[in-house]
Amino acid sequence: MSDAAPPSRRAVLTGAAAAMVAGRARADDTLITQVQPWSRNLGDPVAAAPYGLPTPHEFDVVRRTVDWLTADAYSSVSFTPIHALDGTITPQGCAFERHHSGAIDLRKEDYRLMVMGDVARPLVFTYADLERFPRDTRVAFCECAANSGMEWRGAQLNGAQYSHGMIHNMEYTGVPLRLLLEEAGYDTSRRWVYVEGADAASNGRSIPIKKALDDVLVAFKANGEALRREHGYPVRLVVPGFEGNLWIKWLRRIEVRDTPVHSREETSKYTDTLADGISRQFTFAMDAKSVITAPSPQAPVRHGDGPLVISGLAWSGRGAITRVDVTLDGGQNWKVARLAAPPAPMALCRFYLDVAWDGAEMLLQSRAIDDTGYVQPTKAQLHAARGMNSTYHNNGIQTWLMRADGSVENVEVS
Amino acid sequence: MSRSRRVVLAVVAAGCAQSLAAQPFGLGRAATPAEIAAWDVDVAPDGSGLPPGQGGASRGEALFADFCAGCHGDFAEGVGRWPGLIGGYGTLDSRDPVKTVGSFWPYAPTLWDYVNRSMPYGNAQTLAPDDVYALVAYILSANDLVGPDTHLTEKTLPNVVMPNRHGFARDDRGKAERHLWRAEPCMTNCKPEVEIRMRATDLDVTPK
Ligand code: HEC
Repeated sequence: MSDAAPPSRRAVLTGAAAAMVAGRARADDTLITQVQPWSRNLGDPVAAAPYGLPTPHEFDVVRRTVDWLTADAYSSVSFTPIHALDGTITPQGCAFERHHSGAIDLRKEDYRLMVMGDVARPLVFTYADLERFPRDTRVAFCECAANSGMEWRGAQLNGAQYSHGMIHNMEYTGVPLRLLLEEAGYDTSRRWVYVEGADAASNGRSIPIKKALDDVLVAFKANGEALRREHGYPVRLVVPGFEGNLWIKWLRRIEVRDTPVHSREETSKYTDTLADGISRQFTFAMDAKSVITAPSPQAPVRHGDGPLVISGLAWSGRGAITRVDVTLDGGQNWKVARLAAPPAPMALCRFYLDVAWDGAEMLLQSRAIDDTGYVQPTKAQLHAARGMNSTYHNNGIQTWLMRADGSVENVEVS
Repeated sequence: MSRSRRVVLAVVAAGCAQSLAAQPFGLGRAATPAEIAAWDVDVAPDGSGLPPGQGGASRGEALFADFCAGCHGDFAEGVGRWPGLIGGYGTLDSRDPVKTVGSFWPYAPTLWDYVNRSMPYGNAQTLAPDDVYALVAYILSANDLVGPDTHLTEKTLPNVVMPNRHGFARDDRGKAERHLWRAEPCMTNCKPEVEIRMRATDLDVTPK
């Protein structure tokens, strides 16, 4: 070897280039050059699966749990795999669940809804009755008040699914609650309705009647099909923009009242304790919020530098998203993201930022603005306003550290 | 339970046809008094909705040992991750507030309501009203809010003063967090430097 003249640099380069070209040619993709079994043989017949499940190749795009969060799996929560979804509609099969006494099995035939309290005519409706009222269809997000609660004091769970996955967004069909209240002849001087489910926890919540008459739906379809058991089949309440605990599943009773009930779910839970020990109650609206769903810890970047799609979700319980900003440097400089479609009020909005990644470390954040002029705050701003103990309603800005190798971590920045 | 339920029932009985004629769609059917009574179980802070009954803390202690202590502990202190129902006084404005029936709940009748409809967990709505009064008396006495010999009834329960009675305020985000609205967000050179202060992987509590 030692007596061989070292190849000139030029020759190396030319040789390398030739090898690359040749390499490309050598590495003919057999998926293309050879006829594959799926191009030769028959696939499945129609209705091989009368109701189809996702392809097994996507086996890991599923709801997941954080076992240490709760004492058992019946009063517990599972999280939507938002890091692996795109668009805005959440498939029912992987949409997060929160039960307080498990998901019950209630047949349509056994379903009864009572509208009572301060009404002229206390009424009982069957499922079939509900189908005879004029109905509406709309998209709405449902976010648990505790979504991102574990992140309140700092970066904790390493994945968008866990940090922001207590949310789903579906197209609901149902009867406006207003029509049922009118049918019963509600006392127009009353200011609250109390809504309750048929499950063993029979979670009850009080809702201002103003909201009940405005846009609340008694829903029986989601994304065009029947609700899933875990989302309240056959009938759930849809309360656009308000915290998920109000979206009563297996809805069985609506009581017109003058005052709220102050049930356990609106005193012991779902209240927000401020620095002075006083707790905000009836904090219904979910403030504007956003998160980059990919790249994120469970969705690292494997392709190296060059074109990179940053994809995320934004939403507001007070109206429609008007703008989303994205920063690559931890909030020093921001760019306006592209919205995939004109945002609808109280529904998830998909945003994208298409960048040419230089392969250097990035600190990714997104910031949502809604049509009330609200700007998604930093956690530091929220801490200043609320203290450290108000863990529900954390809509603070989320930071992902993306390293040069494309791996991503949940971090807290100054 | 709504205060004017009796009035409403009288109206329904007297003028059924007339009020039905006013129904926009004529769908559904009248709820019977027994049906309303079966489901109208919520209890308001002033005690309206409480059924007649009575129960003492000492009988409650025995019931608690049988039906509740497996999760909530003999003294309602909580077993493992199951919720504790006692203690936490004076912690609500501290760094780690302990929220229990004693330290946090504003109204004693709500405890009756919740135990009556949601506990024991996994076998809910099986307790007789007198048992619920007894259990409530025991939980309150375990919190030193009533004496160990206390008997409670639908008349006396609303009079139990809960320490955090005035600890709640209505949602004032629109005012207190007003500055988060209409802020013109900074777009360039918003801060001189950025420092990573905390990493989720240091905690390592994420499921694998
Ligand atoms: C199998 C375990 C179990 C048993 C037995 C049980 N509970 Fe519970 N209890 C729970 C769980 C779990 C919760 C929280 C439920 C939720 O998250 O909605 C709870 C919540 C409570 C709360 C509300 C705590 C708070 O601060 O919000 C009270 C009060 C209570 N239970 C009383 C009782 C009483 C009284 C009994 C007996 C009659 C009982 N429990 C039996 C598991 C149990």
